[in-house]
Amino acid sequence: MGSRSSHAAKIPDVDSIRRETGFSQASLLRLYHRFRALDRTGKGYLSRLDLQQIEALAVNPLGDRIIDSFFPDGSLRLDFPGFVRVLAHFRPVDEEEDGNRDPKEPEPLNSRMNKLRFAFQLYDLDRDGKISRHEMLQVLRLMVGVQVTEEQLESIADRTVQEADEDGDGAVSFLEFTKEGSFLVVEDGHAQLQASILLAVGRDFLFSTIPSRVSLASLEPCPFSRGMELSIWPGLCHVPTTKAKK
Amino acid sequence: MLRAALPLLGLPLAGAGATEKPTQEPGSPGEPPPGLALFRWQWHEVEAPYLVALWILVASLAKIVFHLSRKVTSLVPESCLLILLGLALGGIVLAVAKKAEYQLEPGTFFLFLLPPIVLDSGYFMPSRLFFDNLGAILTYAVVGTLWNAFTTGAALWGLQQAGLVAPRVQAGLLDFLLFGSLISAVDPVAVLAVFEEVHVNETLFIIVFGESLLNDAVTVVLYKVCNSFVEMGSANVRATDYLKGVASLFVVSLGGAAVGLVFAFLLALTTRFTKRVRIIEPLLVFLLAYAAYLTAEMASLSAILAVTMCGLGCKKYVEANISHKSRTAVKYTMKTLASCAETVIFMLLGISAVDSSKWAWDSGLVLGTLFFILFFRALGVVLQTWVLNQFRLVPLDKIDQVVMSYGGLRGAVAFALVILLDRTKVPAKDYFVATTIVVVFFTVIVQGLTIKPLVKWLKVKRSEHHKPTLNQELHEHTFDHILAAVEDVVGHHGYHYWRDRWEQFDKKYLSQLLMRRSAYRIRDQIWDVYYRLNIRDAISFVDQGGHVLSSTGLTLPSMPSRNSMAETSVTNLLRESGSGACLDLQVIDTVRSGRDREDAAMHHLLCGGLYKPRRRYKASCSRHFISEDAQERQDKEVFQQNMKRRLESFKSTKHNICFTKSKPRPRKAGHKKKDGVANTEATNGKPPRDLGFHDTAAVILTVESEEEEDSDSSETEKEDDEGIIFVARATSEVLQEGKASGSLEVCPSPRIIPPSPTCAEKELPWKSGQGDLAVYVSSETTKIVPVDMQTGWNQSISSLESLASPPCTQAPTMTRLPPRPRAPEEPQVPLKLPLSSDPHSCFAFPPSLAKAGRSRSESSADIPQQQELQPLMGHKDHTHLSPGTANSHWCIHFNKGGRL
Repeated sequence: MGSRSSHAAKIPDVDSIRRETGFSQASLLRLYHRFRALDRTGKGYLSRLDLQQIEALAVNPLGDRIIDSFFPDGSLRLDFPGFVRVLAHFRPVDEEEDGNRDPKEPEPLNSRMNKLRFAFQLYDLDRDGKISRHEMLQVLRLMVGVQVTEEQLESIADRTVQEADEDGDGAVSFLEFTKEGSFLVVEDGHAQLQASILLAVGRDFLFSTIPSRVSLASLEPCPFSRGMELSIWPGLCHVPTTKAKK
Repeated sequence: MLRAALPLLGLPLAGAGATEKPTQEPGSPGEPPPGLALFRWQWHEVEAPYLVALWILVASLAKIVFHLSRKVTSLVPESCLLILLGLALGGIVLAVAKKAEYQLEPGTFFLFLLPPIVLDSGYFMPSRLFFDNLGAILTYAVVGTLWNAFTTGAALWGLQQAGLVAPRVQAGLLDFLLFGSLISAVDPVAVLAVFEEVHVNETLFIIVFGESLLNDAVTVVLYKVCNSFVEMGSANVRATDYLKGVASLFVVSLGGAAVGLVFAFLLALTTRFTKRVRIIEPLLVFLLAYAAYLTAEMASLSAILAVTMCGLGCKKYVEANISHKSRTAVKYTMKTLASCAETVIFMLLGISAVDSSKWAWDSGLVLGTLFFILFFRALGVVLQTWVLNQFRLVPLDKIDQVVMSYGGLRGAVAFALVILLDRTKVPAKDYFVATTIVVVFFTVIVQGLTIKPLVKWLKVKRSEHHKPTLNQELHEHTFDHILAAVEDVVGHHGYHYWRDRWEQFDKKYLSQLLMRRSAYRIRDQIWDVYYRLNIRDAISFVDQGGHVLSSTGLTLPSMPSRNSMAETSVTNLLRESGSGACLDLQVIDTVRSGRDREDAAMHHLLCGGLYKPRRRYKASCSRHFISEDAQERQDKEVFQQNMKRRLESFKSTKHNICFTKSKPRPRKAGHKKKDGVANTEATNGKPPRDLGFHDTAAVILTVESEEEEDSDSSETEKEDDEGIIFVARATSEVLQEGKASGSLEVCPSPRIIPPSPTCAEKELPWKSGQGDLAVYVSSETTKIVPVDMQTGWNQSISSLESLASPPCTQAPTMTRLPPRPRAPEEPQVPLKLPLSSDPHSCFAFPPSLAKAGRSRSESSADIPQQQELQPLMGHKDHTHLSPGTANSHWCIHFNKGGRL
């Protein structure tokens, strides 16, 4: 594409994006290349179709919902700031910053709450702030394979809602969502690598699962060679340049 | 010796006669027998095995005694108690025999006692956790052990140079390095014994334990290298020898792992063909694993690593192949053997320590060693953790490090290795033995005793035994999928790549080769849960009168199982009538109708049923634990699902795009339990969500009835493999057919059909009233169910007994179950709950059955043309829905109820 210059200056509004999302210069550059690579026709924004063409997403049961989350409010275009803004949810929580952050500033995108909210919105399709039984059923339907029958799905959905539902309105509110049992356990922040939601929601929510699983990343050459980014966003350090070149 | 030993050993037997008899025995062998002896004493012929059996018996009895008091065992780890017991027994032996007997022989230890423990830990290793933390584990195991060995050895040498070790300890640097190498390795047996009682969090446990398992290779290499260097004499060691030493590290570790994997492969392959000889399945597991151990030992590779890898590697395939009972057998036998070996090891350790002829004391050496191993362990852990934490997002904090340092227990491996030293080559052997004994005792007893309070005091995160909740299960999977998706968006493909490739390979070839064909589809877990739920349902039906479940809206995951009303009712009937003899008591015992039961069930259901995220296992470098077969199919499934939705959203207005998907899909009319919802939907005229799909097409599910897993004919197995074929035909023809069938057969719209439980109750008159249910049933059982019931019952028993086998085959007989009086009571609902064995007869079905029912009505001539997987329908489901004869074809229509 000829845009492989290693200069971040090519990215429009690079500074404001960085301030908002907390990505490093290098991460942004990488993301930018990815963005350009996804945008095959070079139109300067991504359409739903661009994302749908990612092969692996097609086999992801939640793929469409994820794609939808990139296009808030029914918009059809995804520009680079928007792209980065969504991805910023997946940066690990900055532990230090959590403590001495200016309370007036808006919560960073990668805060626990925002991560949870992001996940919550994938359930809450009608955006009414509640996961209804129906929405739960839909998620389950997406997630569960052929082995489970519709009746079972329904009963599972019932149970799931019941389990989390504290105020008895038959739906899971965001508060309940964050509280659901194990969510609490996590907050005291002890390292918990077990493969459960504790981990996912715990310290770093989303991407923490990857690095923990990838504790063996320490043995891989990649983290060392790109060590700088690893601490910023482990997921990004593996962005293959070859892919970006396409 | 005998005279001395036997009374001792016979002591626990308490007057079995063993104590008196042996005293007369020694004289007899010398004299010629005076004739036909009425009674001959042949102690020598049975001596060895007898003693082994006695030792194990003593140890087991001691275990029982320890556990009589919960207070003691809660304070003192069992390993400590066993060592102390060993000390006491050894003391008695010593006092009576004037010389020490019964050592922990290195040969016995390495050949017989160690393998079961390692196999147990390898086989039941929480693989995901293990591979999640593989980086840390390997670092600690390799770097940490090397570090410990060299620093401890060098420091001891320095200590000697400083004159703090008595000069009578004749040892050079190499000797100390040798000693350092054997004393530095954290011992799996000791760690397992102590940590299992401490219950620290899993991460911590797996790191310490994994380290102790994997460092075996390093220990073996270091020990051997140092040993040969010592034997060669330090003067003769050349540079190439050092290189060889380094190379041998790789040879030993990788070779050991390779041997293990080869045997894992063989084992998996063998179990594939044990279909008709189920009984030897457990044996095979043990034999081949043991063979792996011996082979590795023979080739002087790391045997521990070999068995660990064998256990880790074979589990996925073996578990899929062997029967449920065999699995239980394997599990129990393995645990028994491991626990037995562990017990004996600790006891023998204690006894061995008594033998003062073997060791010589030097305070400087002992204290120095103790200090150094603790110090360097701590230092090593801190340094390595610091490095690791640079790369771990969830760092190991200080408390973890303290526990890890303190948890570095030494054990029988070190002891056995030190005993193996050659005194002529290592003059200081006796001192080393004494030091090792002290170190082992110190770490096991002192550290073992204090680690629990320490963990409590430091508030180390304990492992929690929270019940798995549905939310957890669901969210965990959701998040995994989210992560995977985001990675895709970002284009994160880096270092998982080769693993991806390997998984592909495994999917295509390995699993095909190693797994029984029927094992592809039969989700053992699901079957298991499903089956138990069935039984539970039956019981709770009786307990709660059969109404509660549906009325609370809290339906069980096994609701559809009620479709096979015959079975349920049989169970109920017989249970009510008190003829519990038929029921497998075990099953009943374990089936509690409680919330936690249900939780677990749901958990398992979700566990097995949720789509596995593609990324989820990538970080684990073993593909032996991943059910690849699921992967492929689910990929296809999800793909088609997604495509379908995209198509649909494409059709709808652009403005609406995000929300199209958001709308609930239409419930497939007619097969709802609580079809109140379905009704309202239908009546409201809500547009069906899956417009693009359902408008044009009815879905035909062509279902192959599942064959019993155990069935003999390989032919059926083949058929089995074809699985459920879900076919969507987007042709009007099908739709018409569906409609036609709808009108032809009395298949009423869901509105008319009462919820199936009620149907059931109406169907089976004795179910109608809660109150009189019990009475009616118990009094009338024999009358109601004369012959058919009995056969049905018998078969259901057999199905109860073999949990592994799907219960479908029993059904045909039971289908005739419902007694005649049903019809007049319920004219408007022409229901036949139990599916008759004739798949072509047409009825209307209760909503829950309707999907099956419709389909059945169709001629099976509708050959699927275009594959469309319907993820929501399970084979599990249809086996219960359609408990017809095996291999019968079912074509299932999905139609929107409102459209009919």
